[in-house]
Amino acid sequence: MNAPVPVLRVSDLNVSFGADSVVRGVSFTINPGECLALVGESGSGKSVTARSLIGLAGRGSQVQAGALELAGRDARRLSQRSWRGIRGKQVGLILQDALTSLDPLRTVGKEIDDSLRLHSSGSSAQRAARVIELLESVGLDDPVHRAAQLPGELSGGMRQRALIASAIALDPALIIADEPTTALDATIAASVMELLGGLRRSGSGMLLISHDLAAVARVADSIAVMQHGQLVEHGPRDQVLGDPQHSYTRALLAADPAGKPRFARLSPVPASAEVPPGLPAVSRPPAGAPAAGVQPALRARGLAKSFPVSRSAPFQAVRQVDFKLLPGRTLGIVGESGSGKTTTARMALGLLAPDAGSVELFGEPWSGVPESARRSRRRALGAIYQDPASSFDPRLSAGSLLADAVSFGATRNPRSHTAKIAQLLQLVGLDPEVAGRNPATLSGGQRQRLAIARALAPEPRVLVCDEPVSALDVSIQAQVLDLLDDLQQRLGLSYLFISHDLSVIRHMSDDVLVMRAGEVVESGATETVFTDPQHHYTRALLAAARVSAGPGASGPGGSR
Amino acid sequence: MTMTGPALPAGDPLLAPHPGNVRRRRAGGVRRLASHIPWLAAGAVLLFFVLAAAAPGLLAPLDPLAINPAAAFSPPGPGHFLGTDESGRDIYSRIIHGARPSLLIGAAATAVGLALALVLGTMAGFGGKRLDSGVGRILEVLFALPGLLLALVFIALAGPGVGTTVIAVGLTSAPGYARIIRGQIIALRNSPMVEAATVLGRSRSHILAIHILPNALAPIAVLATLGLGQAILWAASLSFLGLGAPPPAPEWGTMLSAGRTYLSLAWWMTFFPGLTIVLVAAAATVLSRSLKFRGTR
Repeated sequence: MNAPVPVLRVSDLNVSFGADSVVRGVSFTINPGECLALVGESGSGKSVTARSLIGLAGRGSQVQAGALELAGRDARRLSQRSWRGIRGKQVGLILQDALTSLDPLRTVGKEIDDSLRLHSSGSSAQRAARVIELLESVGLDDPVHRAAQLPGELSGGMRQRALIASAIALDPALIIADEPTTALDATIAASVMELLGGLRRSGSGMLLISHDLAAVARVADSIAVMQHGQLVEHGPRDQVLGDPQHSYTRALLAADPAGKPRFARLSPVPASAEVPPGLPAVSRPPAGAPAAGVQPALRARGLAKSFPVSRSAPFQAVRQVDFKLLPGRTLGIVGESGSGKTTTARMALGLLAPDAGSVELFGEPWSGVPESARRSRRRALGAIYQDPASSFDPRLSAGSLLADAVSFGATRNPRSHTAKIAQLLQLVGLDPEVAGRNPATLSGGQRQRLAIARALAPEPRVLVCDEPVSALDVSIQAQVLDLLDDLQQRLGLSYLFISHDLSVIRHMSDDVLVMRAGEVVESGATETVFTDPQHHYTRALLAAARVSAGPGASGPGGSR
Repeated sequence: MTMTGPALPAGDPLLAPHPGNVRRRRAGGVRRLASHIPWLAAGAVLLFFVLAAAAPGLLAPLDPLAINPAAAFSPPGPGHFLGTDESGRDIYSRIIHGARPSLLIGAAATAVGLALALVLGTMAGFGGKRLDSGVGRILEVLFALPGLLLALVFIALAGPGVGTTVIAVGLTSAPGYARIIRGQIIALRNSPMVEAATVLGRSRSHILAIHILPNALAPIAVLATLGLGQAILWAASLSFLGLGAPPPAPEWGTMLSAGRTYLSLAWWMTFFPGLTIVLVAAAATVLSRSLKFRGTR
């Protein structure tokens, strides 16, 4: 195949499910060695587009295209049998979660061997050698050992690499990667993205699908932005990033918190309505070094916690964690999965008793106190979570949830506190009509707003936010972060803000703790830590974030 | 130019773009209607017997206890549409009048079983480790004994009668419910929802009463419908063994037992009460299954 024949040419692709048109008039071309990033929010139709390209649009779909050519061959009238010959051999597919795409009961080597056996000849010894070679080429150490392991025995990043190995086993001309790094930690995601970039250089065309414009910016040659089933912008990377034409592309770029200073707005819409009457408007203490003698809102000394995993060796989740959260300020805790961030948050919330060390809330002991004595002081401390839906009682409507929170559990009848409920909903930028709805019918962003409203009902002074925006699309994340900023400035709240995302932490925090394997490896004022990291792990994290953000997407300070 | 793109072979369940497959759609409509028939029929059967229990005189004008030796052993036919027994009592009237004791025993036994299970399950699920393992042992012992044997032992100790039957049948069904309630409570106890309530400063008893129990009991309601049919069967079995309602009383299990002696002479004395028991138990089961299906969808 020579350069002039594109590996994929699509024109005027339309996909609908019954009367629902989900993809409308999408056209693009991918040449050998070229990487096209298809970017959009969940529900924009990007995954359906990718699936239609390999004849897997799904039950009840109607696919129409002016042209659909794979390596010059018209794929519109292919039979199911011919599609099977093409998938794997000419098109490799990489999905978001390798754990669900790999058979949990078969070894990694066997899985890769399968595609070799189905599509090519060669003795089993030759194939075995090729499997090892493939695993090595995707950067897995000790490939012979890895080939004999089950997917469950590998970490997320290793699984994703194994999946990539099986996708490239037959040297496909086109690789389709659907959110390949979304489920991975920052450092791992960066190296997997690098691996994907390398594949493209070896001559395969690549279609990279993501909700995160910044994440794909580095590897993509061109970027197509999708909204409501249509391509709203499509062009070379530098042009799209540097001079975006469509307002939606500009909004996506603005939503990326990387390199945006504290309290800079990320979303175009106002985060919340005017301060409703009846709520105290407290101004945030001025930034800079806190005056001596200011009592910390929350203070931890030498926190440690272990969990009994096996009888001989308990798992040390957290050791020697100290922090001080000052009133009206934000302390960020950043680290990868398993670093002990959430365990620390649960100890701060008094949900978990530390093995050693102590927590103080406004200067008074908080840990080591019986729950009955803590209960009355809990009003000062609220929490929001990554998955708000699971923190709601499924039987209650939005209004009932708020009535319960406002009345301190005395009633769940929303009519008893109509005014206060409407006020809370307005405060977080929700329509008061939402009170009558079941949270399950709300969108992810609306649910998180509702969770924030509930947390604010007892008028707390400290909010513990555990990965509050990790499950949200970038543009919704921007709105929620803006809302949290707003609330902090209006109500003088202190945040203990936990995230795996460095750019979110940098945008939101005054001070930061960097955690790894249960320990604080570095702490200090956010800007100091981020501009002059002392610990090598902090530097590795920052390097990874820079890699995934890419040169085009970084704002002022982002590439320092 | 727009052509129908990737033409896929019809019949592939995964893909298949169908530009208006009318025949299939119509078949789907019929199938949807057909899927409602079982639970509608089951509901109708149960409704009939609930009505019989509430107002037996409405459905059966004859006295279930009126003796008429001249008409003894009449086969099903005009006058006695399900026949008569050895004393000339109308079988149909007896079945209708038997609905009240049978359904009451079934419902009361299910209620007793659930109440007992609720206490045991909540203690095990919410009362801490030591209580959990203690209750666990009790449940294991109850599980190890066959249900009927357990009921027989209890009746042997307490003496036969309707009240004893209710408690005995409730006792045999309690361990199963208790296990499920315990599992539900443990799952909910560790849920983010309970954590959120704790952070909001709610007490343990408040969390248990407001958030845990209502959510744990929703799936139990479905099981209880299933258990109702089971309890009616248990109660009938005990009456059949002569340990339930005493003989002249119109109770289904008792009627079955009385007819056994004349099985070769008057099959209808056994057949119709037996059919009734099967019908009611099956209806409760079908209804429960469709409730469960609707719940999981």
